[in-house]
Amino acid sequence: MCGIAGIFDLYADRGSRYARDPADVRSALWSMIRALEHRGPDALNVSADGPCGLAHSRLSIIDHAGGAQPMSTADGDLTITFNGEIFNYVELRDELTRQGRTFRTNSDTEVILHAYAHWGDDCVHHLNGQWAFAIWDKRRQRLFLSRDRIGIRPLFYTQVNGNLFFASEIKSLFTQHEVDRRIDLVALDQLFTLWTTIAPRTMFEGVCELPPGHSLIVEHGELRSERYWQLDYSLDASSPRTTDDWADELLSLLIDSTRLRLRADVPVGAYLSGGLDSSLTTALIRKYTGAPLKTFSVTFDDADFDESRYQQDVVRLWGTEHQSIRCTHADIGRVFPDVIRHSEKPLLRTAPAPLFLLSRLVHGQGYKVVITGEGADEMCGGYDIFKEAKLRRFWARDLDSKYRPLLLKRLYPYLKNLQAQSPDYLKAFFHVRPEDLGSPFFSHLPRWELTAKTKGFFSADVRNELLNYSTLTDLQRTLPNDFAGWEPFCQAQYLESAHLLPGYILSSQGDRMAMAHAVEGRFPFLDYRVMEFAGRMPTSLKMRGLNEKYLLKRISRGLVPESVLARPKQPYRAPDAVSFFDTERGRPRFDYVAEMLSAERLHHTGLFDARAVGKLVEKISKGQAIGTKDNMALVGILSTQLLVDEFIDRTPLRTAANIEDVPEPAVA
Amino acid sequence: MIKETIGYSIREFVIDNFLYGQGTVTDQESFLQAGLIDSTGVLELVTFLEDRFQIAIADEELVPDNLDSVERLVTFIEQKLQELQAN
Repeated sequence: MCGIAGIFDLYADRGSRYARDPADVRSALWSMIRALEHRGPDALNVSADGPCGLAHSRLSIIDHAGGAQPMSTADGDLTITFNGEIFNYVELRDELTRQGRTFRTNSDTEVILHAYAHWGDDCVHHLNGQWAFAIWDKRRQRLFLSRDRIGIRPLFYTQVNGNLFFASEIKSLFTQHEVDRRIDLVALDQLFTLWTTIAPRTMFEGVCELPPGHSLIVEHGELRSERYWQLDYSLDASSPRTTDDWADELLSLLIDSTRLRLRADVPVGAYLSGGLDSSLTTALIRKYTGAPLKTFSVTFDDADFDESRYQQDVVRLWGTEHQSIRCTHADIGRVFPDVIRHSEKPLLRTAPAPLFLLSRLVHGQGYKVVITGEGADEMCGGYDIFKEAKLRRFWARDLDSKYRPLLLKRLYPYLKNLQAQSPDYLKAFFHVRPEDLGSPFFSHLPRWELTAKTKGFFSADVRNELLNYSTLTDLQRTLPNDFAGWEPFCQAQYLESAHLLPGYILSSQGDRMAMAHAVEGRFPFLDYRVMEFAGRMPTSLKMRGLNEKYLLKRISRGLVPESVLARPKQPYRAPDAVSFFDTERGRPRFDYVAEMLSAERLHHTGLFDARAVGKLVEKISKGQAIGTKDNMALVGILSTQLLVDEFIDRTPLRTAANIEDVPEPAVA
Repeated sequence: MIKETIGYSIREFVIDNFLYGQGTVTDQESFLQAGLIDSTGVLELVTFLEDRFQIAIADEELVPDNLDSVERLVTFIEQKLQELQAN
């Protein structure tokens, strides 16, 4: 796991006016890669060849001696810089060797080079892994960039003055003075609706991310983005299979995907949340590989969020060596500016912050790799929003029913505010308007409409700019052609998996928090074979009645503690507004909170209405902001203000080398 | 308490708390239809009413018919205050 960066002179083959002095290119590459040192502190290197310069910061996990990058083929025709892992590299190496290819190292990096040489752009179909890489093909004078199927590893790029700049993180692009730094207002609208931007758009004007499942081909002065993989929910209704058949296949796929993800020349640890998914991956590691295992958890002082009881049940059952951090409200607020420096986009929840602290613990324990249960809820049908949509459809069949809306209370036992509501109010909050039934976004409308209320805090100027813009219209254009023919349950799964998963879960909560401390996450549920299996799986095996992850629970019996199987599902959350405000004393916990939310700063960035934010802060200080909307608004506004401060106002940008570390929370 | 005072303090609360000081609300406007109120908002509103007017609101009274506009709230509060006096 590593960081990558590069510069490509787009018009080199046609007498570029932009040709740069090779020494300049190398020095630019060094500054770009130094900004990514946190991702790969083991070695930094750059290489420049004609119009293409590549850079790499290495976290060495496979083949310490032979895996140095950027790496070239023996003939020097191909050079690669690569971030990620190809888990089936052993099998691919054998296959390519049989095809007559000769390897010089034992690294997965070299396997990609040979795979590209052999299969061309189609090489990506052979890879099982998580990646972002760039290959400079000298003979064909083209650059080939690719990102893994579901977007586990990041890749950003921008074009300025005839040059393409690309990197694992945006901060690397911003080391180049010619790259503009401006907030993209459309992106702001998208994020304050969907929790993420719609790729390729990022929070910064002119900076794109390569969408998941895409390759980018750069030749003859042009960029061509091509989709090579997509989530598909065209269910396989023809094959008469029993539930046992499906269960057997899922278990054997998960055993194999976990086994592949243990490949490393360093010890592999695991995150343990206390939920079903990470309990199962922990069990699979212990039961089917017998490897000793160290597990890591977050626990909370705040009992509403704490899951340590279930974590301990798993630790006892599988005998793992366990360590956890205990997270207080103040711990979250204290690290939040650093969290934003890594997420590079606003957040509407603080949930990434404890994961930032957790990766620091893991790094401190000498671990570079962790296996986690991420992706199981998306693939196997675990999220509450799937249940909510199912209930709302059920209710829509008898809109006048007094009793059907009461089922919605059962969905969210942990939301105390909801429990007090009358059927009439429930009906209004989880509205089923007859016209919504035909909407492709039926499942997500209540969530997105609630989130979009936070846009009420945008300044008049921003609202004017966005007057004719609609995030949902834009999103609709990205839907697959056969989306309308999928079952409603699968449509909801797609919306979670294609947008929130890469745009928030795997990035803001995933790669960016783990790599902040050079920790690589690996996700057995996001093996492409598991994702394709999940696309074919009948929806009745994902959710039976209102029993979520039905098939996954079935294969987990005997592998995870009964307490974990029986517990009501609890989404991973962390305390929001109270992390920033001491409501007993009626004031912000940290100076930066007061500063970022001051009228002066708000006027300076111009994105939010200072008076409205003032009222919100007043309400929060008094401890009267108990709702989701107020909490999301506060975290969203504060994080956007921090983003502007960090990436637009500050020159030069802060890097790992010049930042003072914040104090450690308690370690158990 | 006179009707105008009740209406004024409710309007002030709604504008401060649900509109964060931006814009206004008419007496007849439905909070739900205007998107002003969510499940938390109902509870915030009830807490405010109980504190401000020293009344107790029962679960079965938590319905839009009583709570969903300034006008409805004024009628509801007046009625509650009269009940209190009668007792």
